Amino acid sequence: MAYVTGTTGEWEMVIGLEVHAQVISNSKLFSGASTTFGAAPNAQVSTVDAAFPGMLPVLNEYCVEQAVRTGLGLKAQINMTSVFDRKNYFYADLPAGYQISQFTQPIVGKGEILLDLANGETRNVGITRLHLEQDAGKSMHDQSPNETYVDLNRCGVALMEIVSEPDMRSGEEAGAYLKKLRAILRYLGTCDGNMEEGSMRCDVNLSMRRKGDEKLGTRCEIKNVNSIKFVMQAIEYEAQRQVEVLEGGGRIEQETRLWDTGKGVTRSMRSKENAHDYRYFPDPDLLPLKLDPKMVERVKKTLPELPDEKKARFISEYGLKPYDASVLVAEKASADYFEKVAKGRDGKLAANWVTGELFGALNKMGKGIEDSPVSAEALGELVGLISDQTISGRIAKDVFEEMLKSGKSAATIVEEKGLKQVTDTGAIEKAIDEILAKNADKVAEYKSGKDKLFGFFVGQVMKSTGGKANPAMLNDLLKKKLA
Amino acid sequence: MTKLTDLTITEALQGLKAKKFSAVELADAHIAAVETKEARGTKAFVTETPDVARRQAQTSDARRAAGNEGVLDGIPIAIKDLFCTKGIRTTASSAILKNFVPTYESTVTQKLADAGAVTLGKVCHDEFGFGGANINTPFGPVVNPWSGKDPANAARKLVPGGSSGGSAAAVAARLAMAATGTDTGGSSRQPASFSGVVGMKPTYGRCSRWGIIAFASSLDQAGVLTRSVADTALMLRVMAGFDEKDSTSVDRPVPDYAKALGKSVKGLKIGVPREYRIEGMNPEVDALWQKSAAMLRDAGAEAVEISLPHTKYALPVYYIIAPAEASSNLARYDGVRYGARVKGETLDEMYENTRAAGFTKEARRRILIGTYVLSAGYYDAYYRKAQRVRRLIRNDFLEAFKKCDAILTPVSPGTAFAIGEKQDDPLQMYLEDVYTVTLNLAGLPGICVPVGLAKNGLPMGMQLIGRAFDEETLFTAASALEKAAGFTAKPPFTA
Repeated sequence: MAYVTGTTGEWEMVIGLEVHAQVISNSKLFSGASTTFGAAPNAQVSTVDAAFPGMLPVLNEYCVEQAVRTGLGLKAQINMTSVFDRKNYFYADLPAGYQISQFTQPIVGKGEILLDLANGETRNVGITRLHLEQDAGKSMHDQSPNETYVDLNRCGVALMEIVSEPDMRSGEEAGAYLKKLRAILRYLGTCDGNMEEGSMRCDVNLSMRRKGDEKLGTRCEIKNVNSIKFVMQAIEYEAQRQVEVLEGGGRIEQETRLWDTGKGVTRSMRSKENAHDYRYFPDPDLLPLKLDPKMVERVKKTLPELPDEKKARFISEYGLKPYDASVLVAEKASADYFEKVAKGRDGKLAANWVTGELFGALNKMGKGIEDSPVSAEALGELVGLISDQTISGRIAKDVFEEMLKSGKSAATIVEEKGLKQVTDTGAIEKAIDEILAKNADKVAEYKSGKDKLFGFFVGQVMKSTGGKANPAMLNDLLKKKLA
Repeated sequence: MTKLTDLTITEALQGLKAKKFSAVELADAHIAAVETKEARGTKAFVTETPDVARRQAQTSDARRAAGNEGVLDGIPIAIKDLFCTKGIRTTASSAILKNFVPTYESTVTQKLADAGAVTLGKVCHDEFGFGGANINTPFGPVVNPWSGKDPANAARKLVPGGSSGGSAAAVAARLAMAATGTDTGGSSRQPASFSGVVGMKPTYGRCSRWGIIAFASSLDQAGVLTRSVADTALMLRVMAGFDEKDSTSVDRPVPDYAKALGKSVKGLKIGVPREYRIEGMNPEVDALWQKSAAMLRDAGAEAVEISLPHTKYALPVYYIIAPAEASSNLARYDGVRYGARVKGETLDEMYENTRAAGFTKEARRRILIGTYVLSAGYYDAYYRKAQRVRRLIRNDFLEAFKKCDAILTPVSPGTAFAIGEKQDDPLQMYLEDVYTVTLNLAGLPGICVPVGLAKNGLPMGMQLIGRAFDEETLFTAASALEKAAGFTAKPPFTA
């Protein structure tokens, strides 16, 4: 747990996150308009979305299923009855003058998320609730000097608002929470998790208290922070700011703040006095939502293996270390890639190659695993060649480099370049004899106790065999010769 | 021969079938009636659509010639201007929508068009349904065709009731054979009573609200006004039905209501609620109420006293829930996407200017009341409590219907009053709804049948209330009452 050290002592952060996750669905939450991203402005707007007179919302069942799927993925309580409410406020990109949301009776109740921290530890963060609501449109203030343009394409798209308990104590934990939540949503296929495109957005609630205090301090809400990195930065900044205010004898006012990406600071947006009175009340156009238990059962049965289960399985099935396993399951694509590499082969070795060489190379190229120039099958073949001792691990690195460059298979490269490991005892012995003969003085030194020279001999033999000598056999034979 | 405009729908359908006249002739007679100076003087119509009517009448004649006619083929009707009509201006009788032309047709008006009804135009009402006198609109005030009948008010024009005042006036004055209404707290029944016509509000969920401009979504229902119970049955059969576009519409088959007409009421128990005899009640209304009960008794029904103990809370509950929902439903009229816009320096200023200019005082009053009762700190005391009392009111009816099959009550505390009267006292005006709002709160069907004239020569109707989705019993009782009352009086002005 990270504390903020002020001038008068240590302070603890108390962080809760509200995530708005855009639901993957073909049409909007209450209309048949399409949800495809990137269409021409106002090309995907129905008369319901634009709140024309006499239009009525009709709930999209698929969005409900997606919310249930997400709730089950978060091991949360599914509320068989929930209610849609109107949240009333005026804004140009909110056509009806109210957003249909869920206030007192959300579709999903308490759940939890297990965070995987960098030190290999895990930590539980409570989920307070998940509710369904409509997204608003977009106001564009930069298209004309004295007019605001409104694009309603996003208006009415289904969002899941996922609210955490104030269980996080550092920016790092908040980052881990968002990564884990995003992974779960992507595994489930309920949200694509692209924070840059705005399909996942985060509001941060943060308060500070003295280390050891039980009582919560006054919190500030930081709105719409659009990347995990910025969330972590905003938390660090805001924590420092609050500590400075509190240690300077000031009070934190409950308010909404905005993260300024350019300046790296949070700014006051509106105070509690100016907070909206949303006048929530049950939407009389919609009946209470009663879930069909059969639907919930069906969704439960088709739930994919989620990151935590996959991690546990990777540990037990492939003997991976918890940290490696959590790195692999963080993205479903990585986990799938790994499993193809590992299938019928040495799992640990496969994990090392995927998280080490492959991720390193992809990082350098700035590519994701989906665009890897080396397919999982190709890497699997390489791992196989190491396991069956056709090549050594060291040679394999060269082969991998060549695979990245040429796209040729490992076997082809090994064949073409004659990189097959020497496993013939006679040949290795011959090479050892030559080296030992050439370095009689060093042999004498070794025998008088300078053990470190063993490595020197290994290196020399390797060099003379072009790196192809089987390392284990070389070690054994060399030990015997020097005994 | 009777004037074409004097026919009931039932009679007109027989005439069309017998080729006594064509749909075009029927439409032309009505168009001519609508276009007279006197008719226009009533301000019943906000938008006349003679071209649409003629075109529809022509296709109607063609359909009839081919033997493909619908249930209402060739019947000229008026549409309350809260129903969105594709390509025809739909104003909600509000300045804020004065130039609004929908690109879609409401489900109910589509069903009527599909059945062959001919649209004469859009009729006036209180803006968004806010009122009981049809004076709260820049397109009014609508004048009751019974004006001049009351000697005390001989020189003054009378209100037609509201909000569906234009519908009632058009039907009473023989400008249209029927009109759609809407009914949130009595808007189809009270103007029917003031204008001597039949007005009905079906069960909540019976007709689709899709395409009807919303006032208070949990109370709004389509309504219908005609000159006979049989005509109402014909109209409702077409208008009713499940619509997947309205989540609050109910998926139940629509019976042929005409079959319920003229059935014996023998053994039918008619409840008379003792709480509806309110203090200061017009003795004439009371007398007519007793007389109506007696007429039903004479027809074989049994009158039983019932109790609806929470009645006294209905009006306050209604005037919390209805404005609350209205304040939210009207938020969309902001000048941003459609409708009138009055510019401002900032977005908030544009909202203020637009809504100040676009809404009548009554609309602004209801938005303020609604906003207040939903506000933080007041929600529990007002809105939540009102919803709880609403449940009790509904339970009252459920209890009562264990003892009776329909309930007989007055529609309004009095007869049509003069334009300008009660106008400065919103509370007095709200009292107009005292007998009608309970049904909307309970979601039940009700029908107003004209039963007689008061001493001042003005019509009065009585209300029958039925069980949810039991419009059939209502039609049986209403047709018996209609027959017994034999109301044939006509207003001084008719086409």
